[in-house]
Amino acid sequence: MAMENLKYRFDGGKPISGETAIVGVLGSGNLEVLVEPARLDGACEIEVSTAARGFGTIWQAVMKDFFARHHAGDIRISVNDAGATPAIVSLRLDQAIETFKGNHK
Amino acid sequence: MIYPAEKIWDHDRQRRNRKLERAASAMGGTLRDKVVSSEMAVQLLESVIEPGDRVCLEGNNQKQADFLAQALTRVDPAKVNKLHMLQSVLALPEHLDLYESGIAEQVDFSFSGPQGGRLARMVGKGQIRIGAIHTYLELFSRYFIDLTPHVALVAAQSADAQGNLYTGPNTEDTPAIIEATAFKNGIVIAQVNEMVDKVPRVDIPGDWVNFVIPSPRPHYIEPLFTRDPAQISEIQVLMAMMAIKGIYAGYGVQRLNHGIGFDTAAIELLLPTYAESLGLKGKICSHWALNPHPAMIPAIEAGFVKSIHSFGSELGMENYIAARPDVFFTGPDGTMRSNRAFSQAAGHYACDMFIGSTLQIDMEGNSSTATLDRISGFGGASNMGADAAGRRHASPGWLKAGEQRRIHNPGIPRGRKLVVQMVETFREHMHPAFVPRLDAWKLAEFANMPIPPVMIYGDDVTHILTEEGIANLLLCANAEEREQAIRGVAGYTEMGLGRDLRMVENLRDRGVIQRAEDLGIDKRDATRDLLAARSVKDLVRASGGLYQPPVRFRNW
Repeated sequence: MAMENLKYRFDGGKPISGETAIVGVLGSGNLEVLVEPARLDGACEIEVSTAARGFGTIWQAVMKDFFARHHAGDIRISVNDAGATPAIVSLRLDQAIETFKGNHK
Repeated sequence: MIYPAEKIWDHDRQRRNRKLERAASAMGGTLRDKVVSSEMAVQLLESVIEPGDRVCLEGNNQKQADFLAQALTRVDPAKVNKLHMLQSVLALPEHLDLYESGIAEQVDFSFSGPQGGRLARMVGKGQIRIGAIHTYLELFSRYFIDLTPHVALVAAQSADAQGNLYTGPNTEDTPAIIEATAFKNGIVIAQVNEMVDKVPRVDIPGDWVNFVIPSPRPHYIEPLFTRDPAQISEIQVLMAMMAIKGIYAGYGVQRLNHGIGFDTAAIELLLPTYAESLGLKGKICSHWALNPHPAMIPAIEAGFVKSIHSFGSELGMENYIAARPDVFFTGPDGTMRSNRAFSQAAGHYACDMFIGSTLQIDMEGNSSTATLDRISGFGGASNMGADAAGRRHASPGWLKAGEQRRIHNPGIPRGRKLVVQMVETFREHMHPAFVPRLDAWKLAEFANMPIPPVMIYGDDVTHILTEEGIANLLLCANAEEREQAIRGVAGYTEMGLGRDLRMVENLRDRGVIQRAEDLGIDKRDATRDLLAARSVKDLVRASGGLYQPPVRFRNW
């Protein structure tokens, strides 16, 4: 089945520094999140590739809340999703940011 | 004084005796004491079952009288027809085959498990008439009031020639069924796995049993309560942490029942780790109405658990249970005795909390496992997931819940059972757990039911727990707050996204809604490392090798 690609950009974040990080696995009901440093004038860009089509509204809400939690700027996030629930997506995004910053437990 | 001499008071007994005489002549010389050979099973059923009889076919949610179920499908529909079947669980294909051939026409039951889809189709075609879908205690109760069986077909582990039955760890429904049948002029037929000279213990006295049939193969038992810890997710660990800290600790829950599922299995596996680290050992989870879940092994080994009374048993747990008689209810022979009726009553009246999952929750908090294409019925959740209005003894958690309810519903002091629904906001394949209207409504219309099949009513629910937080419905002042409290933990579902942000924040400030961070839980701590066992093999190890999981759960 064709993947759906979704793009989000949030401006006005606080630039954070760190090292490229990958968390999660691409298994059914799970997802892979890649966080890379990027010069985006404090913006956070997120690109989602998902196997589950038609959930754009929910992704939008999940990403908006994620940005509201961290206000992380100057990063590019790539999400490779295999049908994860929003709860798992939020958890992986939080883990990815912490790993990027080098203080994931 | 004139006595109405013509009045006869033993019609039913005479009818039973005629059936027994018919059976004796049909069996002829093959009958030895009460023992009927399996080849004669169909003839036996044809001679003791009359058209229109109420027949209780033991189909529990674990043990199945499967040989007798098959024999019943082979009777001549010209001789035996229009039966009214009584069953707690419709589990086997044979249970529904009976209606296609006209042998049976009506059923009163509780749960349909794997047959739920076919049952819905047959109801749609008018092939089967459902009297009502019951909760377990409700159905057992009707066996003693207006649905007393004329014939009961049950399953036991072993029997002697006098008909004494050993039902063993999976005693389940058998005592309730036989008690109702044997003492109201009914006939009891038991299929047994083996004939013995002396049963290990007498679970059912022989004079309550009319016939015993050695089955060509052991009865089927479904391992319904085994959850592989390897499949527990981090979200479930997080929810389990919130449950333990926010509810178990908050109310000092000492006596409880857990539903089936990975959500509650995660809680069981966090008791010896997370709960222990919070200093909760001895303060929560001492007494249980619960099947012997393998996921309980680490908590039992850690000394968390004082007692467990069980509805049924669980395959592979036999030796472990037998080696822990301080915890489980065991007979003089050393094996466990379960009893679904008593354990359901215990779960209803003697437990302070029920916690379990569901498929759908509406904005009033009503929950249901019914979907449009499946008539799944109710298990034990409805009996245990309800406030016990007949309860009078006090306990700290029950009193605290009652006090919270009285804040907005003043009245004479009384307690309240904790009824917790624990769900992820989305199930697999992005099915939302929170819906504007339960599928149960449409099912009721389709199947012509007088009321929608609700598993747990909203006014019985005290807490809804999701990965987003805990909503304490006891603390809601009115229906509007209640709806916003539910929406406030409904995550990114349509119901959750439709919340009134200001009201939800207000509810959070008042502690009606609690997020993980409000409970002092760092989400990053929610890892699978917290599970006391992370695989079935870990459970075997924790049991010291006593737990012997069924093959399908072995992957080493």
